Amino acid sequence: MPDASFLFAQVLSGLTAAMFLFLIAAGLSLIFGVLGVLNFAHGSFYMLGAYLAFQFVQWFGHDPASFWWAVVAAAAGIAVLGGFVERFLLRHLYGKDALYQLLFTYALVLVLSDAAKLLWGTQQLSVSRPAALAGSFSLFGAVFPYYSLFIVLLGPAIALAFWLVLTRTQAGRLIRAGALDREMLGALGVNVSGLYTGVFVLGSFLAGLSGALTTPVRAIVPGMDVEIIVEAFIVVVIGGLGSFWGTFLGALIYGQVLSFGILMFPRFSIFSVFALMAVVLILRPWGLLGRPTAT
Amino acid sequence: MLEVRELRRAFGGFQAVAGVTLRVSRGQVAAIIGPNGAGKTTFFNLITGHLRPDAGVVFLDGRDITGLPPHEVCRRGMGRSFQRTNIFPNLTVFQNVQAALISHRRRGLDLFSRVDGLYRDETEALLVSLGLVDRAGETSRFLSHGAQKQLELGIALASQPRLLLLDEPTAGMSASETRETIMLISRIARDRALTLLFTEHDMEVVFSIAEKITVLHQGRVIADGTPHEVRNDADVRRVYLGERR
Amino acid sequence: MSVLRRIPWALVVVAAALLVPLAGSRFYTFVATEGAILALFAVSLNLLLGYTGLVSFGHAAYFGIGAYTTGLLMKQAGVPFVLAFPAAGVLAAVGALVFGFFCVRLTTIYFAMLTLAFAQIVWAICFKWNAVTGGEQGTPDIPYPDLGWMARLPIAGDLGTSDHFYLLTVVLVAGCLWVLRRIVGSPFGRILTTIRENPERAEFIGVNVRRWQLLAFVIAGAFAGLAGGLFGIFSSGVFPDFAYWPKSSEVLIMTILGGIGYFYGPAVGAVVLLVLNQQVTSHTEYWPLILGTILIVLLFAFPGGIVGALDAAVRRARFRRA
Repeated sequence: MPDASFLFAQVLSGLTAAMFLFLIAAGLSLIFGVLGVLNFAHGSFYMLGAYLAFQFVQWFGHDPASFWWAVVAAAAGIAVLGGFVERFLLRHLYGKDALYQLLFTYALVLVLSDAAKLLWGTQQLSVSRPAALAGSFSLFGAVFPYYSLFIVLLGPAIALAFWLVLTRTQAGRLIRAGALDREMLGALGVNVSGLYTGVFVLGSFLAGLSGALTTPVRAIVPGMDVEIIVEAFIVVVIGGLGSFWGTFLGALIYGQVLSFGILMFPRFSIFSVFALMAVVLILRPWGLLGRPTAT
Repeated sequence: MLEVRELRRAFGGFQAVAGVTLRVSRGQVAAIIGPNGAGKTTFFNLITGHLRPDAGVVFLDGRDITGLPPHEVCRRGMGRSFQRTNIFPNLTVFQNVQAALISHRRRGLDLFSRVDGLYRDETEALLVSLGLVDRAGETSRFLSHGAQKQLELGIALASQPRLLLLDEPTAGMSASETRETIMLISRIARDRALTLLFTEHDMEVVFSIAEKITVLHQGRVIADGTPHEVRNDADVRRVYLGERR
Repeated sequence: MSVLRRIPWALVVVAAALLVPLAGSRFYTFVATEGAILALFAVSLNLLLGYTGLVSFGHAAYFGIGAYTTGLLMKQAGVPFVLAFPAAGVLAAVGALVFGFFCVRLTTIYFAMLTLAFAQIVWAICFKWNAVTGGEQGTPDIPYPDLGWMARLPIAGDLGTSDHFYLLTVVLVAGCLWVLRRIVGSPFGRILTTIRENPERAEFIGVNVRRWQLLAFVIAGAFAGLAGGLFGIFSSGVFPDFAYWPKSSEVLIMTILGGIGYFYGPAVGAVVLLVLNQQVTSHTEYWPLILGTILIVLLFAFPGGIVGALDAAVRRARFRRA
């Protein structure tokens, strides 16, 4: 029987993983909820956010605050990329079958992953932790890095901020309305295409932010785009595509599954991840908090 | 032919159909009218199997069809045309009707016969009665709105229904198209001894061919009888005052 | 112009295909074998995509099941090809029946995700079940079928084993394509198109949409399995990445590249993509970039695929001439 501090450490590491996943899954869920597009390239945005953060850290030098500037700049850069993609490319496919949109985002994955290889090569890159959050502390016998604590606190903070924006502001109301009935919104004279671009930009920002924040903790490698998008899919399926708190819940659950699943079933981890997704899709496709009519 | 008792269906807290009882006799031409949101489309969806009722029963020609899925309801003799034209857009006019015949004759599991000339005579006969036989080879999405509605009628008729449900058959049509469509529908109903149940917003149409009219309001029946009775019903007048003529 | 219509193009292509080994190049035979197999794989997917309107992101699962079935039966159990080959189709069909049963209950996006999840499960099983599938390394050295009888044929008798296998592949693929063509041109096929066009209307002409979708899924899976069975022998080994999701996306791209609106479209797409892949990867490692760009251009400019674009060009030419 593993001791309590070990279990605790696992829970914490699960929480950290969950928060990274939440950030990227929230963007994916948002884009799907409003635009109806399942954006395969979301993982690529995450990856490019990480690469950009690395690049900016190189350029901004070793000033203690440079990490934070790099994160913000990287997220903003990805937001711009997302805006460009939506405005000039994706927009033209809205009238067509969902298949074309899906394939387009898949094509983007191919293009962006090679673009990253071209620009940064295939070796592992990394970014060191910001000085302010280096080091770790001990809690109940488990050693926990300050940076992870920051992430675990940042996640819910962003979730709360997001939720406030969705429910208390005009923009948020438009987003929620768009998720419910796009045609109606257009009929009411709302600038639907602007809304779409805005939502895509916001989702991309979150993905880029997640990627950038991940850099002190995980290695930046080719293939991280595919790895994360699969996990993001599973999170949104568990929580419910298009549901905000569902995504949060799904991320929490999946974070723990990741953390403990690898311990308990190391041989079957890749199998169990997809089996979990299949089970959810079979029994309750709209996830924990999604809307049943959507399927 | 059709008997509905205490049919109910709610969406969330909203009671769309709140206990509707209705009878349509064999060979009758009946209409359901009511202001927008009265529950007409929901009612149709309930009897065709697109929606499950929360309570109540639906009998078709004496058999209980409550809660059966749409393809079963169709096989038991109900046909339907939809409010928004529902055809197979990239198939030709001929293929649209032929497909319905294939399904009706239970030929859908035949994996090896050549389908091109199958049921050619029956399909063409049906197209002739609709006035569409000259367009048989055209891709149906290029037809005019009126022609598409006629085609839709043809698809519904191919399944040889005994009860035909028509959801706003003249919606979006000009006055002349409306007249033509109504004449076509009455003639076909007579020729094939069909029972007809339709909903409409165009009151002229309703009063010209319906033998029996049921008025729905907020999910309930507020009047049910001959056109004359309904026209003079106090409740109906109250509900329709301020609505479109 | 009508003369062109009367030529039985399919037979011409098959005849030309049979002549490839006479060119004497191992490379051509190699590419042609792979092209024929992938053509069958792509056309089987199109039964779902182009004819029934179902988007599957996990078609490689059945390809993989078929490959492992034939490969393992022939190598581990010594089963002759004449039984091991159909077995690929049967087992793949069973897999498609089980998976498809759950998938057809879902609509578009969820359907696609579940097909992907199931395909990854198949891959994970192949990857992890070391005892049976050989795990990550797969099972190499799948033997060729017993083709000794071919040595007694005129002309073809003198060719090598891989050429003989190629000829067998052409005949089998042509046969499968013929069957698929009949299916698509049958009343069953017509009902499938009604489901693609308008599932709601199809319900109301008496079609139990789910049941027909499942049947299409099983048939498509069976033929994908047969293609897989051939592929395992062709590759002299069966490996987990036959079922890995890039294989599913590759076949999807081939199908669309060729044109989902035409029966032979995907076959054209398969061959074109294969040749392109060969050419590009010999010059650069950035094939995904090229593929992604091609796909984007395709989606925006040529949604009808290669065959669609050709068809449109021919029609325009005819219109001008008239």
